[in-house]
Amino acid sequence: MRVLVANRGEIAVRVIRACRDVGFESVAVYTDADAGAPHVRLADHAVGLGGPRAYLDSDAILAAADGCDAVHPGYGFLAENAAFARAVEDAGLTFVGPKPEHIELMGDKAAARKAAADAGVPVVPGSEGAVSDVEAAVAAAEQYPVAVKAAAGGGGRGIRIAAGEAELRKAFDAAAREAQGAFGDPRVYVERFVERARHIEVQVFGDVALGERECSLQRRRQKVVEEAPAPTYDASDLCAAAASLAGSIGYRGAGTLEFLVDDSTGEHFFIEMNTRIQVEHPVTELVTGVDLVAAQLTGELPAFETRGCALELRLNAEDPSNQFMPSPGKVSSVVWPAGPWVRVDTWLEPGVEVPPFYDSLLGKLIVWGPDRPTCLARARRALREFSIDGIKTTAPMLARLLDEEWFIRGEFHTTTLEEWLA
Amino acid sequence: MARHEVVTPVPGTFYRRPDPDSDPFVSDGDSVSAGDVIGLVEIMKNFQDVEAEVDGTLVEFLVENEDAVQAGQAVAVIET
Repeated sequence: MRVLVANRGEIAVRVIRACRDVGFESVAVYTDADAGAPHVRLADHAVGLGGPRAYLDSDAILAAADGCDAVHPGYGFLAENAAFARAVEDAGLTFVGPKPEHIELMGDKAAARKAAADAGVPVVPGSEGAVSDVEAAVAAAEQYPVAVKAAAGGGGRGIRIAAGEAELRKAFDAAAREAQGAFGDPRVYVERFVERARHIEVQVFGDVALGERECSLQRRRQKVVEEAPAPTYDASDLCAAAASLAGSIGYRGAGTLEFLVDDSTGEHFFIEMNTRIQVEHPVTELVTGVDLVAAQLTGELPAFETRGCALELRLNAEDPSNQFMPSPGKVSSVVWPAGPWVRVDTWLEPGVEVPPFYDSLLGKLIVWGPDRPTCLARARRALREFSIDGIKTTAPMLARLLDEEWFIRGEFHTTTLEEWLA
Repeated sequence: MARHEVVTPVPGTFYRRPDPDSDPFVSDGDSVSAGDVIGLVEIMKNFQDVEAEVDGTLVEFLVENEDAVQAGQAVAVIET
């Protein structure tokens, strides 16, 4: 079995290692900017693609896959591109991921919402799709506050919050105008606004839930720290809901269902499903003992039991002392932590040039402990061993975070990290 | 007439338009004012504006749309 790894960075290294573990051959692809990257050296074969954007060039990647049996897309780039998945299958290769129609289904917000509702999984209460006028918006708002969101929007842009009906009437026109200006599409929809929300997601494989990950600590909607199990929250209902939704569509392989948990009422709402392996998958691997990437490759999920706590810290090439400015460049030296209960997934080694063209993720430090306090103590010990010269990283911010009282107590929401950094 | 070079402070991918479906920020021969955005550089999924530092006429771009650029590289010329 020969697998083309259609990605770069730490996830390419991760997939190549899993290939080796299960006895498959691996083929790396690389752009000119990544010619010296470790994934190129670690794979059994490597194919150059050219310019910096070539990881998005599905034709070039399919050509590189000539002679392969399967394509693993990693995350990002083409991982959730249904047309690419279909092209891989049409070329007679296995796409290591879900069926293309499930990528399509979950990529369509309205269709995903309907699939959840059909499976009896709660979604954030609100209008079914875009509302036609302000009266329809008021009718859809059954409980305040509500958010008025641009139908064509994303990433938090074009959202207005209304505390009551009068505010909603005012916000509606403004939101529609803003949506037209920002996205060229005035359609808006209305949904309940959860003020104190936790972002908790469930890892599934087929219709089996492998437990939750707490991912509320985010900056600009990018996760910074993830852990399992979720502190101070019983996620068993969430896991059951995730398994039933994945099962209801006949989902194949690894996927993640993201939920919003209202901290004041305890209600949970399905937000979206990511139809791929995720950055934070090692958190689940450490508490279950399951190699999720190997399971993707073989299609077989081993029996597992959940044990202890795991925490993942993302190290990014950003300068926390200067508004998180991206910090590409040459890494003259780097020392990664090691020792008991510590795992590092990275592509960074001394002498590597971090290109400006890609995501700023340098590596992930993942730590296991029998309980949360032990896990945090090991994380502090491990992070102290990390050192790097040549570029700035988020390590100093993570070190401060690990000592914060609210973090130690496990009391935080999706806005806590940004408020703390402000 | 003095030639003023506009440099990008950060490395990355240079774009002449705010998004693929829009018109370029400026075209050759357009007059520009100090502070006008003439392009974007994408660095690690962030977008940084490249601004004209002087008033004048933008006479030429030195890089193409979607070219890779280095920090400190000149991307356009303004005649003042």
